[in-house]
Amino acid sequence: MSRADLDPAQEGTGGTAQESAGRTARTTQESTEQRIPLARRGSLLLNELRTTLRRWRTLALLGVLAAVPVLVGIAVRIETGDGGSAGGGTGEGPAFISQITNNGLFLVFTALAATLPFFLPMAVGVIAGDAIAGEAGAGTLRYLLVAPAGRTRLLLTKYATTMAFCLLATLVVAVSALTVGALLFPLGELTTISGTRISFTEGLGRALLIALVVAASLTGVAALGLFVSTLTNSGIAAMATTVGLLITVQILDQIPQLDAIHPYLFSHHWLSFADLMREPVYWDDLVKNLGLQALYAAVFGSAAWARFTTKDITT
Amino acid sequence: MAPYGSDDTTTADENDDLRSGRRKAARYVVPVAVVGVAAATIGLVPALASSGDPDLPEISAEQLIEKIAESDVEQLSGTVKISTDLGLPDLGGLESALTSGALGSGEGGSSADPSTKLTELVSGSHTLRVAADGPDRQKISLLGKASEYSLIHNGKDVWGYDSETNEVFHGTAEESGKHEEEVPATPKDFAEEALKAVDDTTSVTVDGTAHVAGRDAYRLLIKPKQSGTTVGAITVAVDARTGMPLKFTLTPSSGGAAVIDAGFTQVSFAKPDASTFDFTPPKGAKITEEDEAVEEGRAGRAPGKTPGHDTPEGDLPEGEPRVIGEGWNAVAVLETGGEGIPSGDELEGDLGPFGDFIDSFGDKAKGKFGEGRIFTTRLVNALVTDDGKVYVGAVTKDALVKAANAG
Repeated sequence: MSRADLDPAQEGTGGTAQESAGRTARTTQESTEQRIPLARRGSLLLNELRTTLRRWRTLALLGVLAAVPVLVGIAVRIETGDGGSAGGGTGEGPAFISQITNNGLFLVFTALAATLPFFLPMAVGVIAGDAIAGEAGAGTLRYLLVAPAGRTRLLLTKYATTMAFCLLATLVVAVSALTVGALLFPLGELTTISGTRISFTEGLGRALLIALVVAASLTGVAALGLFVSTLTNSGIAAMATTVGLLITVQILDQIPQLDAIHPYLFSHHWLSFADLMREPVYWDDLVKNLGLQALYAAVFGSAAWARFTTKDITT
Repeated sequence: MAPYGSDDTTTADENDDLRSGRRKAARYVVPVAVVGVAAATIGLVPALASSGDPDLPEISAEQLIEKIAESDVEQLSGTVKISTDLGLPDLGGLESALTSGALGSGEGGSSADPSTKLTELVSGSHTLRVAADGPDRQKISLLGKASEYSLIHNGKDVWGYDSETNEVFHGTAEESGKHEEEVPATPKDFAEEALKAVDDTTSVTVDGTAHVAGRDAYRLLIKPKQSGTTVGAITVAVDARTGMPLKFTLTPSSGGAAVIDAGFTQVSFAKPDASTFDFTPPKGAKITEEDEAVEEGRAGRAPGKTPGHDTPEGDLPEGEPRVIGEGWNAVAVLETGGEGIPSGDELEGDLGPFGDFIDSFGDKAKGKFGEGRIFTTRLVNALVTDDGKVYVGAVTKDALVKAANAG
């Protein structure tokens, strides 16, 4: 239950025995309590978040995500230093890239469009895949379950943590992009892709909305990763499987002969976040995307629950 | 077998193997049920939504055509889905490279030029947004992946804006007023073209009612009486209240999927927001004025008309077309001069490997007209003779050869 005393940066097995012994003692004591105070329910999530965020692996992932907009920004800046337009005016490269030189805010959209197909879901896959299998691999899972919290609650906490990471990762990209964009390029009124103009404040609002939609687009992968994570006791295997599935789905989505199944692939509508930059906003694909993510979350979330609550926990 | 991990919520039956086995299986019912419910919803909702055609008062075909003609919808906004399936292979990006190369628009053309951009509509499925407020203000947007191409007519100005490349095309209404007519995009445009062709070679009937974009509509069925044409039937769904065509479907006589299917998926007859038609070129955008564009790519500007839409009397880009036959079986004849038009060998120089590729399209044909090659699509067939004559029509191959022999 309480993991505050466990060194959060610790992932390996070194020293775990000692720590877990202490943990067992505490949790056995706690298991006599029948009801868990509300404050402590929250603390399970908080502990979980703290543990996840203090891992070097998590910080490294966030660092890589923050670096993408910096790279894109500098590359565009260098390329357009002589007054040319990004992408050579041919419309190549990630969406919105030709607009960055006119308005730094577009770097946010470009960075999200560049990271959404791979970097972001990969980071989420690593966190989600590690959620249960990582604990099992490190031998800490059974101690977590000694607590009266119950498996369902532990699973929900793990999923909530992963979702929080989705949001955090997206915001890291967006904020980094906004900072770089503001430093390297002018800001101000912007032109939507429909050719109408909106004020900078409204543009910022849309950027925030887009970040939220991008974060929500990742919930499907997160649920899938969590399910895979309940299947194995090896954290690495779960991460690799989740990222492998992600790549497979991305490839399937590119094969025109399979277009009958495309609408059901979780990555198919990901780029629909760009529809928020149309005037008026085109909701059809956005709604499809969010509905599909909810479906994946429901299916793989409940599958993870079915698996996890009936699984033999041996480690 | 190691002991079960302690799941405190269900410790009671932990020792009972049989019951726990059943309970395990029972939990997997949840994800399966979720999948089932989702599949049922996806399958049933469209079926339920489209069931039941509306009850509308009887109307004759003449009255319905009149209704279309009288329709005075000036303000509308909506979303149009248009799919064209001419039976050409899907070439993706290759295709646009090929069309622009073959039609000679060259490198100099702006990607925001309406005539280059809207030829994309010739194949595949596209989503368009249309908005109109009176004769002076219209907007058509072609929605792309994370980009959009907008054609805005506001008073004197005609703007084309390609958000993907950030390029702007600018013309004035006097010279470019024809753009709107050049490119049929809405069901109304298609319907008007189809009704132009109505004469005594055609049967026109009212074929029940339908729901289109949430509105009640009559279905007007236009069918050629003659044989030999590739056009099977044309269905136009006409809004019962306003007389506005909402959906246009052209099926080929060979059967199969519709060649052109253009319909509103959402429509509103309220006045669109005035800001919809405001356009100021964004900072840093590359602006091409129409005059320059004309000089840069005169030849490239010709193919504004989509082949799928070439009605027999349709004007063709170069030379004065002569028309053989009448009604649906009309075949246009083009004299291109002595040079001859695309045979793969001649294009070899310009197109390199595409020359062979074009060759693979054509079937050789022989007749009184000499020798030539027939290019077929599901709707329009063309015969290009070796001495540079082109016969084009929405007729079958045999009818085309017959017409060429006669002409």
